[in-house]
Amino acid sequence: MPDMRELYQEIILDHNKAPRNYRKPDDANREAEGYNPLCGDHYTVFARVDSNQQITDIGFEGVGCAISKAAASMMTSMVKGKSVEEAERCFENYRQMITGGKDYDRDALGKLMVFSEVCNYPTRIKCAILCWHTLHAALNNLQEPVTTE
Amino acid sequence: MITSAPDKIAPNLNDFDVMRVRQDFAILNTLVRGKPLVYLDNAATTQKPHQVLCAINQFYGCCNSNIHRGVHFLSEKATEQYEESRAQVKRFLNAASTTEIIFVRGATEGINLVAASYGRTFLKEGDEIIVSAMEHHANIVPWQILCQQTGAVLKVIPMDDNGDIVMEEYAQLLSERTRIVSVVHVSNVLGTLNPVKRIVQMAHDAGAVTLVDAAQSIMHMNVDVQDIGCDFLVFSGHKLFGPTGIGVLYGRESLLEMMPPYQSGGDMIKSVTFEKTIYNDLPYKFEAGTPNIGSTIGLGAAIAYVQSVNLDKAQPHEDALMAYATQRLEEIPGLKIVGTAKEKAGVISFVLDFAHPHDIGTIMDSEGIAIRTGHHCAQPTMQRFGIPATARASFAFYNTLEEVDVLVRGLEKVREVFA
Ligand SMILES: Cc1ncc(COP(=O)(O)O)c(C=O)c1O
Repeated sequence: MPDMRELYQEIILDHNKAPRNYRKPDDANREAEGYNPLCGDHYTVFARVDSNQQITDIGFEGVGCAISKAAASMMTSMVKGKSVEEAERCFENYRQMITGGKDYDRDALGKLMVFSEVCNYPTRIKCAILCWHTLHAALNNLQEPVTTE
Repeated sequence: MITSAPDKIAPNLNDFDVMRVRQDFAILNTLVRGKPLVYLDNAATTQKPHQVLCAINQFYGCCNSNIHRGVHFLSEKATEQYEESRAQVKRFLNAASTTEIIFVRGATEGINLVAASYGRTFLKEGDEIIVSAMEHHANIVPWQILCQQTGAVLKVIPMDDNGDIVMEEYAQLLSERTRIVSVVHVSNVLGTLNPVKRIVQMAHDAGAVTLVDAAQSIMHMNVDVQDIGCDFLVFSGHKLFGPTGIGVLYGRESLLEMMPPYQSGGDMIKSVTFEKTIYNDLPYKFEAGTPNIGSTIGLGAAIAYVQSVNLDKAQPHEDALMAYATQRLEEIPGLKIVGTAKEKAGVISFVLDFAHPHDIGTIMDSEGIAIRTGHHCAQPTMQRFGIPATARASFAFYNTLEEVDVLVRGLEKVREVFA
């Protein structure tokens, strides 16, 4: 078993303690709910997408474990100001990394690489990816709440 | 003058010896994640002693055959062992007769059987079913479905902040409309030991039938259906040091006689023509198809094992485990025990104000400690306490005080990471 510090890196602990963009933007026009029934993680992701398909603002609220909360916090920091298309590409790269794939763009993921250790903890993959599925649902105006089951 | 020798302080061979018991469970001496396994997830399932593994092996290796069918030697042997397991369960639960012991897949199937067979036959619109606020989903959902099918109404006995059933509220809920009262004996989340005897008595006074979910209590205490007085009782073999896939429904004979079959097919019939089928006698009426013969025999071996260990003798040890674990956990700053009922058995749920249960579970796992985290299939209980999840340590008689110390050291690791 690798060291716990590999999984719970400083930056993850920091985002868990002080999540960024932890709010509902006033002018949000996209919103989706994500739920992991297994451990009770439950988040809502909000976004403001303008007519050029740019994510001009983003936020989230909810409760969950350190991995899920840090993932949501870092995701919002990452995609703010990006286009919807770029965000979706980022999601795809991230998904590859989290699920142990080889074929993803490390440079594009940048800071999100701290989650690369998660692929060694099969029970935690859902925690790290919940917010991304939720963002995807929000951006695509999917009505059904996302669940990881 | 003859003087008697001073009393020798010799170990009493009849006393419970946890180290000797542990030798029956090879898995308890293994390493996980490079650390000695500390198995504190007994409420999910218990480990199986080699006596159970041997019995299953012996059945498949020497006696494997179908039951109640063949005239040949092996079938006779298999039938004999299968029915001997039933007799053991009967004695273990102090049932009045083996006809009252139905083998099912587990506690879940037992409850479903009662809800489907008794419930759909005898309940009608406006009738009421009462459960407690601390039920496992297995003792909620079958009744909800029954309510949808019959128009009956589900009522819930509230619990207080300690996790004790509020008996006054229960008394208020009971009425001539109450048809079924189904409660858990020991809560798998809070550890609460409910006063089932009293609950059953009050239900009977109101004219209702009663079911006790003994899934958690069965591994910790002697469960006597005649003493409790319940009409139905369920448990799962895998939480009694036996194999998965086998469980027991105890049912009062007079009720079982009135109930239609749950599933149908082979074994549960006396004669079949295309015009008319005559159902078999109890208990076979409720055991359609080839049952889980190997696991039933394994359950028989598990009961024999538990009786040889003797739950009464293990009681002081289990009490000491609970008391010591409660005390050590309460000393941890930021830790809150969820469920502080007057009487508890085997289960301690807790939350930390500096770490989420799921993160606790992962860090404990890296230390070789198996605990459960999540909602424990009891989401209404979580909602009652306003939390999404807990971490849960659950004990069996083979756990040691040293393992409690490892648990506490593990939680210190959690603090190192998070605080
Ligand atoms: C209180 C209680 N009831 C019912 C069940 C269901 O048991 P099984 O899944 O073995 O059918 C459990 C198991 O977790 C339980 O703890």
